[in-house]
Amino acid sequence: MSKLAADPNIADPDGFYARLLEAHRGLSEDESHALNARLVLILANHIGDEAVLDEALALARRLAEPG
Amino acid sequence: MRYEYKEFPYETPPALRGAPEPRRPVAIVGAGPVGLALAIDLALRGVPSVVLDDNNVVSVGSRAICWSKRTLEIFDRLGVGERMVEKGVTWKVGRTYHGEREVWSFDLLPEEGHKMPAFINLQQYYVEEYLVDRCRDFPELIELRFKNRVVALEQGAESAALTVETPDGTYRLEADWVVACDGARSPVRAMLGLEFEGVLFEERFLIADIEMKADFPAERRFWFEPTFHSGQSALMHKQPDDIWRIDLQLGWDADPEQENRPERIIPRIRKVVGDRPFELDWSSIYTFQCRRLERFVHGRAIFAGDSAHIVSPFGARGGNGGVQDVDNLGWKLAAAIQGRAGPGLLPSYSDERVQAADENILNSSRSTNFMTPKTPVERLFRDQVLRLASEAPFARRMVNSGRLSTPCVHDGSALNGPDDPALPAVSRPGAPAPDAPAPWGWLLDRLGRGFALLALGEAAPPPAPEGVETLRIPQPSDEMRARWLGEAPGAICLIRPDQHVAARWTACDGAQLARALDRAMGRAPRQEDEA
Ligand SMILES: Cc1cc2nc3c(=O)[nH]c(=O)nc-3n(C[C@H](O)[C@H](O)[C@H](O)COP(=O)(O)OP(=O)(O)OC[C@H]3O[C@@H](n4cnc5c(N)ncnc54)[C@H](O)[C@@H]3O)c2cc1C
Repeated sequence: MSKLAADPNIADPDGFYARLLEAHRGLSEDESHALNARLVLILANHIGDEAVLDEALALARRLAEPG
Repeated sequence: MRYEYKEFPYETPPALRGAPEPRRPVAIVGAGPVGLALAIDLALRGVPSVVLDDNNVVSVGSRAICWSKRTLEIFDRLGVGERMVEKGVTWKVGRTYHGEREVWSFDLLPEEGHKMPAFINLQQYYVEEYLVDRCRDFPELIELRFKNRVVALEQGAESAALTVETPDGTYRLEADWVVACDGARSPVRAMLGLEFEGVLFEERFLIADIEMKADFPAERRFWFEPTFHSGQSALMHKQPDDIWRIDLQLGWDADPEQENRPERIIPRIRKVVGDRPFELDWSSIYTFQCRRLERFVHGRAIFAGDSAHIVSPFGARGGNGGVQDVDNLGWKLAAAIQGRAGPGLLPSYSDERVQAADENILNSSRSTNFMTPKTPVERLFRDQVLRLASEAPFARRMVNSGRLSTPCVHDGSALNGPDDPALPAVSRPGAPAPDAPAPWGWLLDRLGRGFALLALGEAAPPPAPEGVETLRIPQPSDEMRARWLGEAPGAICLIRPDQHVAARWTACDGAQLARALDRAMGRAPRQEDEA
């Protein structure tokens, strides 16, 4: 059974999306990549549940495969 | 004070003096720490061996310096542990820095009540010297043959024949078992044409030992992006005799020959130690690999130590893993030679130590990957973990400068008998017996000769089968209670001759004990055979 929340879970998705972009504003591409990496690490630690993390990794990876 | 290398005497082997060269139960190829420890373990179990080494001095340069608690317990069982601890530098704290800032520290033995410390640092040449001295205590059982190079091996159904080159010529030596302890480049492995699969890390490290008076702490200190070195990492360790180990990461482009010249090394070290006077004692440029054989037993040839598996040194899992191979192999090989082993016993050496090698390879590859990121993205995550570590405690746990050697727990081993889950996990079947104060001193001092039946607290043990010694401890120490009983009023634990737990119960009868002993001797069918 899936443990990863795939349905909407953020009350104000547009607001979050805007704040995500805001967090990157004024950064060079390298700095932005670094910020994203930190964000992944911070959020992953917050989630903690390895089953959820594995599902999230699998979902993200699947979209990197061709087709 | 520099180490003085003494040459071990060479003697013309009997075959080349016209004397008989009878077939031996065991020939050990290689007198490194692993081969020497095995000869002693076998001698303690009454099995004679001949040790062949192509060289006649101990390890040149210190190479392995960090010896773990479990290895020291094994060395203690072999009779050299106390001497090593006395000479070695005891330590248990490791600190990891990013630049000048400490980002993470660990204490490897936070609890009291163990005979052996978490770690000592002791140069490999001392370890080998002490092992050679100990071998000399068994003149009837251990024959050390230096300047005896094994150049060929022929496998028979029930023995193997070695061709050995010496200064006096070449001779043949037959043995029921050949144990290849001939190191990372194992000529025996090549003679059998065995694959040694794994990975090479594309990175070069300068490893140097210097002699210097300094009051740096007896701690493992590791720096990522040190301020005093242009490479990505540095490591410093204290050794006896005012010798210090310094490892500097140089990058893959570094030219090994150029970099190993004193005129290149000394300025690098100077930046690490400041203006303290020092002398360069030994140095080498290394590339690290993690590889292992698929199986460690091939007919009459058995592999142990670096010949069977190699790891990068971050985590000190090479020499420690090799000595732990010996611990596992000694009693099994002795039982096979003495006709007591079930058919599954020697195969269990390979199964259990492959499991351990995989654990060591996993840990040491993860550390090496963290230190030597292979792609820009790996580098990105590594650097951001380090950035976060100064702010967020969770990231400190991800900083990986080496996960130090811990013994493998053989969960799922075919030798394991029943467990009672009411008892603490640290002493479950497959685990090395955790030490604790005992009425006679330390628990481990009485474990490891043959099988032992430990009867703790209120438990009444059944009569012990032949060859099993019962040890009763009606009033266990607090440490023993915590590690062996938990809340249970009593426990009966069957301990293998390598001090690993075979089975345990809160109560058991003679039939249950006999079945567990059979299983621990490899007499029960292996799982894959049952299927
Ligand atoms: C820089 C460095 C640092 C390390 N630090 C640590 C550490 O801190 N802790 C740790 O646990 N491990 C450490 N290691 C690993 C450790 O040194 C090895 O794992 C250990 O030496 C392996 O022991 P061995 O007996 O299997 O092999 P070796 O010590 O390599 O011994 C093999 C022996 O076989 C002999 N031989 C080879 N071929 C033949 C032949 N054809 N005939 C006869 N004899 C032969 C050789 O002369 C040698 O004496 C380190 C290694 C390096 C390189």
